[in-house]
Amino acid sequence: MKLLKLIPDNTNIRFLRWRVPFYSVSLLLMALSVGLMFTKGLNLGVDFIGGQMIRATFQQTPAAPVAELRETVGKLGYGEPIIQQFGKPNEISIRMKLPEGSENDPGLADAMARKIISTIQAEHKDVRIDGIDSVSGKVSGELFSSGMLALALASVAVAAYIWMRFEWQFGVGALFALVHDVTLTMGMFALTQMEFDLNIVAALLTLIGYSLNDNIVVYDRVRENLKKYRRMPMPELLDLSVNETLSRTVVTSLSLLITLVALLLFGPDVIFGFTAAITLGIFVGTYSSIYMATPILIWLKVDSGSFVQQESEIDRQERLARERS
Amino acid sequence: MLDFPRWKQAWYWFVTLACVAAALPSLFAIGNTGWPSFLPRPMINLGLDLAGGSHLLLEGNPDQVRRQRLESMEESVRSRLRNAPARIRIGDISTRNGSLSFMLEDPSQVDATREQILPLTTGAGLTGKRDWDIRVEDGSRFVLTPTEAGIDQAVSDAMETATEVVRKRTDELGTREPTIIRQGERRIVVQVPGLDNPEALKNLLGQTAQLEFKLVDTAASPTDIAQGIAPPGSEIVPYADPAKSGGMPAIAVKRLGGIKGDQLTDAKQSFGQQNNEPVVSITFDQQGGAKFAKLTTENVNKPFAIILDGKVLSAPNINEPILGGSAQISGSFTVESANQLAIALRSGALPVDLKVVEERTVGPDLGADSINKGLVAMLIGTVALMTFIIVTYGRFGIYACVALVINVLMILGVMAVANTTLTLPGIAGFVLTIGAAVDANVLINERIREERAKGRRVVQAVELGYKEASRAIFDANITNVIAAVIMFVVGSGPVRGFAVVLMIGIVTSVFTAVTLTRMWVAGWLRKARPADITL
Repeated sequence: MKLLKLIPDNTNIRFLRWRVPFYSVSLLLMALSVGLMFTKGLNLGVDFIGGQMIRATFQQTPAAPVAELRETVGKLGYGEPIIQQFGKPNEISIRMKLPEGSENDPGLADAMARKIISTIQAEHKDVRIDGIDSVSGKVSGELFSSGMLALALASVAVAAYIWMRFEWQFGVGALFALVHDVTLTMGMFALTQMEFDLNIVAALLTLIGYSLNDNIVVYDRVRENLKKYRRMPMPELLDLSVNETLSRTVVTSLSLLITLVALLLFGPDVIFGFTAAITLGIFVGTYSSIYMATPILIWLKVDSGSFVQQESEIDRQERLARERS
Repeated sequence: MLDFPRWKQAWYWFVTLACVAAALPSLFAIGNTGWPSFLPRPMINLGLDLAGGSHLLLEGNPDQVRRQRLESMEESVRSRLRNAPARIRIGDISTRNGSLSFMLEDPSQVDATREQILPLTTGAGLTGKRDWDIRVEDGSRFVLTPTEAGIDQAVSDAMETATEVVRKRTDELGTREPTIIRQGERRIVVQVPGLDNPEALKNLLGQTAQLEFKLVDTAASPTDIAQGIAPPGSEIVPYADPAKSGGMPAIAVKRLGGIKGDQLTDAKQSFGQQNNEPVVSITFDQQGGAKFAKLTTENVNKPFAIILDGKVLSAPNINEPILGGSAQISGSFTVESANQLAIALRSGALPVDLKVVEERTVGPDLGADSINKGLVAMLIGTVALMTFIIVTYGRFGIYACVALVINVLMILGVMAVANTTLTLPGIAGFVLTIGAAVDANVLINERIREERAKGRRVVQAVELGYKEASRAIFDANITNVIAAVIMFVVGSGPVRGFAVVLMIGIVTSVFTAVTLTRMWVAGWLRKARPADITL
């Protein structure tokens, strides 16, 4: 039986030749992402800013009348709603700020939800209410800070472990690649204004997991080659390592993409945004482990000295003494 | 490396089968097929985001606890000093600024007073810590301030009781399998699967249901009450429904000497004899009944106020002593609200006010829809993935795929035994673990390929493949464990759900993708002794 072979043996693509332009582009994209986050901002869900979200499906209408709903709900006197389609065009989420004083009287939020739902259902009989979330400002603040703290702490701890197992340069490289991945993905969320909620934080964590996995595989090969080829110049050695692991990179990434595309096409709509984020993350993560995490080793001046046992001064003198006698 | 003694093989198979067996009841439940009832049935719980239902996060407000501690301290101090060997007279009692303060009429009694009240200020536990600080100002004014430790303990106890009360009330609504957990210092999580309109539950849990009977201070002038000025020893309490009180927005009641309505054996909704309006009938226990009888006997022909959660429901006249130990509470109820109050009183008053700070409801249709689509997508994804792996790695790919299936079953099995909850982010954890498991096999197989290409013999290449790839697999998995543990400790809800699956999945995926496949490959090599392998 002939097996499928996507990448031929002994490829010799000089990936790192374009490290400077790629790095420049990536740094530029990162700057743009940060800029977008500050100017356009993330479309934070009720998880993070508090408020009320009603999810509804129009069962017999192909597309929800978003503009019309915006107007009718806006007229109810609770402020401007944020209405978005998610997953399919007939599924929407309506987000509202919690009414004034609802911190002390939770009944106000319920009354608002009832009013909105009955108004919509009066005009559209086919609307099915799929869920209502109300999150107070206090809880949402905590959710946001604990989510971000988990993200930051996990990244730093993981970098520290890589430092311990490899060298500090590798730790810095891995951390930088993680920052790169997370920044670009968040920039994407700012650009598309897709809703950023707690589930997306879980997606970011998954993305970090994949990206790290990739980094470590390449780093492991770099470590091995550093021991094997002591005199090879760094750029060449890194290219060799990336090429040797290329087949694995492609097969693994493809395997994951197959699963994710199935989830995107056939999976439940609630996890669409979430799966999309992870899918994007696969590309970004694979790219960053080759172009972000690897070239940084050249600039941070890694050499084989880190992994080859150095002869200690005492050993050297003893050896010299032996040789003399 | 390729040596697997029999006991080791037996042990690996045992672990595998045990975990897979634990997953079976959950799978049977998904397929709606019966699982024999005589067998143990560990189950994976589906999170509300998948199964539909309501999630409420309640937060306790400790103000009530503070206030009550001050009140009961005041009563204790009064009775203690009144009954002291040499009676100690005090005046100008106040409970402002969170402290209890009073003045001695005879400043020479400072030491005697201190001796009397000292026993009241130590904590109930054996820690010897004091719950209250005593300070004497200007030689004759005592100021008792509760210590933070004392309050924390009291709040903690109150939350414990509140959790019990919440459980009772939720059960009274007839909901199925609610989960009620105390979270952190001041919060309680209530999760009710299948409940898509939580309003009744919220109303019930939001009602503190502190019932009090206090005597009305008839001496207070209406103008003073209107201005909120209470006569000494009294307090102003607003009416719950001013329309019923003949236009009076509030009433003055005596602060002390009333009784609490917490010593009840029963409470139910019924109808009043005179005007047939909905009322709540309560039955006191023996002690409560005796207190109530005493109160009504001593105060015939005086009005007393029925106060619920700081609002007066009604202030009827005591026409005759009520000795039977039961009473009716009226106060513009509907049948529904009377019923709700009855449930609340039956399950006991909440020792703290609870407020809903987070609420999530997922409709049951959406939940079921999500599960079905999720399963279909997983199935399609898995079949496609397996085809790809087998086409790429042949025999070794088949081993990898079998390991993958076992891995998924093992994760489910461990989750079922640990009784964890599978949520949407948990599925993400699944995807990540499956990715890691596939990657482990890809790494190993690519390495074997490489070693073969260098011209090594089959056994040696396989051995090296596993050995060299294991290092990267190990490092990758350790980093994921580190990340997962941190996420579990620091993160909240969804992040934790993700971390749990990840932690379990890392262990099982290394076991299946590395250990099990190696055992199978080794077995095959020993038996077939192939001179060449297709990879």
